[in-house]
Amino acid sequence: MSLLDIENLSLTIGDTPILRGMELSVAPGEVMGLVGESGSGKSMTALTVMQLLPHAARATGRVSFDGIDILAATEDQMCALRGDDIGMVFQEPMTALNPVKTIGEQVAEGIRWHTRASRAAAEERARKMLDRVGLPSAKFPLSRYPHELSGGQRQRVVIAIACALKPKLLIADEPTTALDVVLQAQILDLLRDLVAESRMGLLLISHDLAVVTEMADRITILRHGEVMEAGDTARTLSQQLHPYTRQLAQASMHVPARARPHGAGSGQPLLQVEGVTRDYPGRRSSLFKRAPDIRAVNDVSLSMAPGQSVALVGRSGCGKSTLARMILALDRPSSGTIRFRGETVTGKNEAELKPARRDMQVVFQDPYGSFDPRQKVEKLVAEPLHVLDKKPTRAERREMVAHALHEVGLDQRDMDKYPHEFSGGQRQRLSIARAIITRPKLVVADEPVSALDVSIRAQILDLFAELNQKLGIAYLFITHDLTVARAITDEVLVMHDGKIVERGKTNEVLDHPQSEAAKVLVTAAPDLHRAIARRMQEQG
Amino acid sequence: MTAYLLKRLTIAIATLVLASMVVFAVLEILPGDPARLMLGMNASADQVDLLRNQMGLNAPLPWRYLHWAGGLLSLDFGRSYTYSVPVIDLVRERLAVSLPLALIALALSTIIAIPVGLFSASRRGRAGDTVAMGAAQLGVAVPNFWFALMLIYVFAVWLRLVPAGGFPGWGAGPWPALKSLLLPAVALALPQAAILARVTRSALIEVLNEDYIRTARAKGLPYRAVLWRHALRNAMIPVLTILGLQFAFLLAGTIIIENVFYLPGLGRLVFQAITQRDLIVVESVVMLLVAAVIAVNLLVDLSYAVVDPRLRSRQ
Repeated sequence: MSLLDIENLSLTIGDTPILRGMELSVAPGEVMGLVGESGSGKSMTALTVMQLLPHAARATGRVSFDGIDILAATEDQMCALRGDDIGMVFQEPMTALNPVKTIGEQVAEGIRWHTRASRAAAEERARKMLDRVGLPSAKFPLSRYPHELSGGQRQRVVIAIACALKPKLLIADEPTTALDVVLQAQILDLLRDLVAESRMGLLLISHDLAVVTEMADRITILRHGEVMEAGDTARTLSQQLHPYTRQLAQASMHVPARARPHGAGSGQPLLQVEGVTRDYPGRRSSLFKRAPDIRAVNDVSLSMAPGQSVALVGRSGCGKSTLARMILALDRPSSGTIRFRGETVTGKNEAELKPARRDMQVVFQDPYGSFDPRQKVEKLVAEPLHVLDKKPTRAERREMVAHALHEVGLDQRDMDKYPHEFSGGQRQRLSIARAIITRPKLVVADEPVSALDVSIRAQILDLFAELNQKLGIAYLFITHDLTVARAITDEVLVMHDGKIVERGKTNEVLDHPQSEAAKVLVTAAPDLHRAIARRMQEQG
Repeated sequence: MTAYLLKRLTIAIATLVLASMVVFAVLEILPGDPARLMLGMNASADQVDLLRNQMGLNAPLPWRYLHWAGGLLSLDFGRSYTYSVPVIDLVRERLAVSLPLALIALALSTIIAIPVGLFSASRRGRAGDTVAMGAAQLGVAVPNFWFALMLIYVFAVWLRLVPAGGFPGWGAGPWPALKSLLLPAVALALPQAAILARVTRSALIEVLNEDYIRTARAKGLPYRAVLWRHALRNAMIPVLTILGLQFAFLLAGTIIIENVFYLPGLGRLVFQAITQRDLIVVESVVMLLVAAVIAVNLLVDLSYAVVDPRLRSRQ
């Protein structure tokens, strides 16, 4: 018998249908992967099982967990289930823990509540659980506060909370999406071990097909609130019978078509970074003492040719974003020089930087956060035009915005809309339009596709490739996602602890990494081909 | 933590010194000679000069400032021009009314506001919330002297439970004194509670949308426990800020209420001192209030650190 059985579940929030005739089951000890793009209803499925839906939500159908009818259960019955028989892990570890309570309190709280154990007994259990998830007492006493831990460590605490009472079912909603690939691999290993140890059922929700393939015994593919296909992971993904399954799989492995790179190796380099170091002052440990400086970027040199596409890869905190900020002249190096089109940009003031600014633009990760919601697209996309020497007239400006919108595949009528009228993918197109409107020579893109769904991500990668071919723009892609690096760059720089530890042709480095840091990244990165092959072996 | 504490303390002391200079300077600039004021218009120039010497008014400015500031430190505020008694005695007498009044009002306001805020936030948008916030809106809008009159009418005139006004002093035991402070405290507390309840509600609503609230509910805690254990403490920072501001107001901003209830409080003392140009009293009370506000702010800053561990480890 299944542990969790969802039959014909329909869910509406207000008047909006979220799920239609959803079917899903999880057996004890089984990993069920629930895959779908944003808005497909994955998280709402999880919240239905937990009965933590928003007030306006109405669910019909049948959800039974361990013989209990969840949709008919009272709040008291649900409180008894949550945290005891069903645990849940969330996407964003940075905000999932209460900042004013110690990790010990937060892990022990659920234990005390459900078992009526004494504080001391609950804390002892909490201690064991934290040890189990890889937070040993020497470095992570119960008295630590969440802000003293990194994202990966916090996610371990959240897992400890969810698994403290050995639940029968664990629901993990995008548990690794906010983490870098190495941490992702560690967290997935931990989840896999916990499932094996106590024959827990795991409902793993993810938009990442490769992650789910590596983890799940069976897979359910959801689109617009309806199940497209469900079955054994190996068979479902190797046969790809359903067109949507095929579409998802292809989009996750998509490599944009690019002719040979522009002018690689010819003439003067576009960007030269020479021996750049950036130190941040250490934390003040008392009134008169300071910890030693933190070296975020350590003696980095690199060079980019016009039209070249380079990936800067590394784990979170390795210094890649700091380096990018210095290249964009948004931060000053402590030592070393940066030359752009042969001219030094380090140490210049804003007025002197204006010509350089025109030729370098940036695209950020979050297409939601990088626009002022109260301004129209015309104004937002035209923002970089103030660095032009001659201020364009209103008509010229509209003309330029229309052209930029056209180039990124949007309609020129879109310029009178507001950002909220666009989808996530369209917004990322807007930020690309904003970046190319001054006809820059270099675009620095900081994780430009990691917030996007796979099919949208494939389209945006195509757009980057197309603009590279058409306009000869050079890219510096900052990413921890090696599939992105492989898809769109000619060269890759691997950064670790502030230093560049390996560099070379993208395919060579990713296929035969030499340095330890690169090897770790490559091994940890989920790869759909590899995952399917392994599943095929296991499941026959 | 020590660094945070030291930094706050340094800022507090610096503010106090600066404020004392401003208060001193303003009174120097204001026209009018205290000696002339005390002796009257008919006094001769020699008599005035003699008194000026006695009062130390002929000494150079920095010396006079230091003398005055030193006096403040040893609680010697000088003598009132109009009452001819040491200012400290006047202030002490009035504080015996104003300080308990402010504290009772503050306690009442907190006791009313926090549960109302919790109630409203947990029933956001529903009937209970609408009624509670409507009442709070009324509490903010209606002037407190009107509340005071209504309270007098109901509890003093009609039910005869408490006196309608006046203050018997603490000499007759605490009960009569407290009884006469009760109505004014309620009248003061209601509008403050209304503001505080709204702040509590909005701070809680913001916190209730946080991810960690969902984590707490996923642990199996009932909603009420989540509200008290996880939401309230995180919502405390704006509430504490408002509480600090309210205390300062309650200490001296109560002239109207003191008048309605015939209470010999600090507010009335300042009011009278201003009308009678008793500048030394004004000066002293202002300095006292500045010190009180700074002390309360320091307390609020420290309580932030108690509430939020992130402030303890940051600078």
